[in-house]
Amino acid sequence: MDFLGDLFGNYTLRTVGLGAAFLGIVNGVLGSFAVLRRQSLLGDAISHAALPGIALAFLLTGSKATLVLLLGAAATGWLGTLLVMNIVKNTRIKYDTALGLVLSVFFGVGLVLLTHIQKMPVAAQAGLDTFLFGQAATLLARDVATIGALGTAVLLLVLALWKEFKLLCFDPDFARSIGFPVRPLDVVLTTLLVTSIVIGLQTVGVVLMSAMVVAPAAAARQWTDRLGAMVAISAFFGALAGVGGALVSSLTARLPAGPTIVLCLSAIVLVSLLAAPNRGIVWNWARERVNRRRLQTEAVLADLYVLAMRHEDLGHGHPVSILRTMSIGHGGVERSLEVLRERGLVRVTGGDTWSLTPRGLSEAGRLSGKREEGP
Amino acid sequence: MAGGNGGGPVIKVEDLTVAYGDRPVLWDVDMEVPAGVLMAIVGPNGAGKTTLIKAVTGLIRPVAGSVAIFGKPYAEQRRLVGYVPQRNSVDWDFPTTVQDVVMMGRYGSLGWLRRPGRTERALAMGALEKVGMAEFADRQISQLSGGQQQRVFLARAIVQDAAIYLMDEPFQGVDATTERAIVTLLKEMRARGKTVVVVHHDLQTVPEYFDWVTLLNVRCIASGPVDQVFTDRNLRLAYGGRVSYLTHHSPGETFTGGEGGG
Repeated sequence: MDFLGDLFGNYTLRTVGLGAAFLGIVNGVLGSFAVLRRQSLLGDAISHAALPGIALAFLLTGSKATLVLLLGAAATGWLGTLLVMNIVKNTRIKYDTALGLVLSVFFGVGLVLLTHIQKMPVAAQAGLDTFLFGQAATLLARDVATIGALGTAVLLLVLALWKEFKLLCFDPDFARSIGFPVRPLDVVLTTLLVTSIVIGLQTVGVVLMSAMVVAPAAAARQWTDRLGAMVAISAFFGALAGVGGALVSSLTARLPAGPTIVLCLSAIVLVSLLAAPNRGIVWNWARERVNRRRLQTEAVLADLYVLAMRHEDLGHGHPVSILRTMSIGHGGVERSLEVLRERGLVRVTGGDTWSLTPRGLSEAGRLSGKREEGP
Repeated sequence: MAGGNGGGPVIKVEDLTVAYGDRPVLWDVDMEVPAGVLMAIVGPNGAGKTTLIKAVTGLIRPVAGSVAIFGKPYAEQRRLVGYVPQRNSVDWDFPTTVQDVVMMGRYGSLGWLRRPGRTERALAMGALEKVGMAEFADRQISQLSGGQQQRVFLARAIVQDAAIYLMDEPFQGVDATTERAIVTLLKEMRARGKTVVVVHHDLQTVPEYFDWVTLLNVRCIASGPVDQVFTDRNLRLAYGGRVSYLTHHSPGETFTGGEGGG
């Protein structure tokens, strides 16, 4: 109860929660497009490439205003992306290698600059290193306002260019053939991704920011087969993890927000991978089990039918052991007989012998007929 | 005919040369497609068939040469052209429905900020009916077989209502039923005055399905009516003599286009 009281009464927590919710939504939305375009790792490169930008922005302006730092982050984040694309286009280096190169080089430069800043004899430098792992508690109302304004702009653009982005992700060649400006659209979508990543850096940190981009989208894909629904669910997951992680981090001394948010995301992803209908692991396992049992039951019914056809007396009982011999390879004879008995298709004729009921006979005949005319 | 440039060719390719790196994929290709024909582009692997179609639709920038659609550059005429990419060029696990994919054929004429609505849905349903996929409208596209995927792509082309269609291997990996359905559809399109150009890989069926053919092997070997151009000599030139087709058909055999009229 203390926690809830804090949440509603505490101004700082409300600010943090609001900011985290917003960046979760924005990253969930843009992350969906990134995941569908197989650019999941681009988010990682962008966020790491943003670090030198933050440091440079501070070195050049001496200001720690959020907007200034984020502008720096966006600049080098974009530069990193541009570099990845040009490396792929103009050299024989493949996409994954280019991402790795840009990510590590930019991050390395960022760390060097950050270390340099830490050693500077000014008081103002303190706190810049929270950009590494994120510090939700440092979010101020005006930071949240910046996040909100940028985030709203990003979301509005996505809404306005919805069908263009959708076709760009699904079939870029076709998009170009009908006259969509594919290259500019690509630039806009990438810029939106950079923006959404940059507004999350202060809270989540450059190291783990890519989880905020990839995880909600990957989890959301499990629950739906429609793009609109996927984007909405992804936004919801992002907000959920963002708020959850940020609040836990804010309430615990010196616990950075990045890791706690990632833990929340992991839980969401795990549940989604396991339990989601149609695509979830548990769901698939259960469906396979149901199918296997149905086939076993049908097989036992067919075996009884074959046996019955060999005897003049259709009600003649057949021992379980014979059925078991006939069922080598599929098994489940006793369970199947029990299921068939409940459905009134077979009956017990003696101690351990079974036969088809008249209904069972016609059902088995129908099944075997269906199988013969099947594809 | 839309575009109306008299009796001239609807597609005119001149001196087209395309290279990947320093390797020419198309070399000095000239090709004319007259209005209302059903044309096959055939040639061995690596002959540049797909590249030719992509160069015509402006997806690949040629090193030299020009392409004219009804006498004008592609960029000014794209409303008149429907492009059907290879089926496996897209991710069929994309979260969308069959009807949604078909409606993408209308995106070009919708314009900015406009969403597909009732008109587009009706058009999509009509096209799906034509390709025999109406009952699949709400299916997720990952549940489709290869032949069904191809039909969805064709339905998307139908709603574009273009005058010229360029199709990349529509018969690739489809079952016999779908192949027959597609052929019927193509002949229907031709009967309605459309011009259809198809990248094709099965020489056996060329005379039966098509009335016009281009034999391609980096250079354009021959292009014209099937009964004049689809000869042993030209096939040998295009395939370098390793054509199983030659062993099955004696030269001089007459080629008739199946159930004529179409």
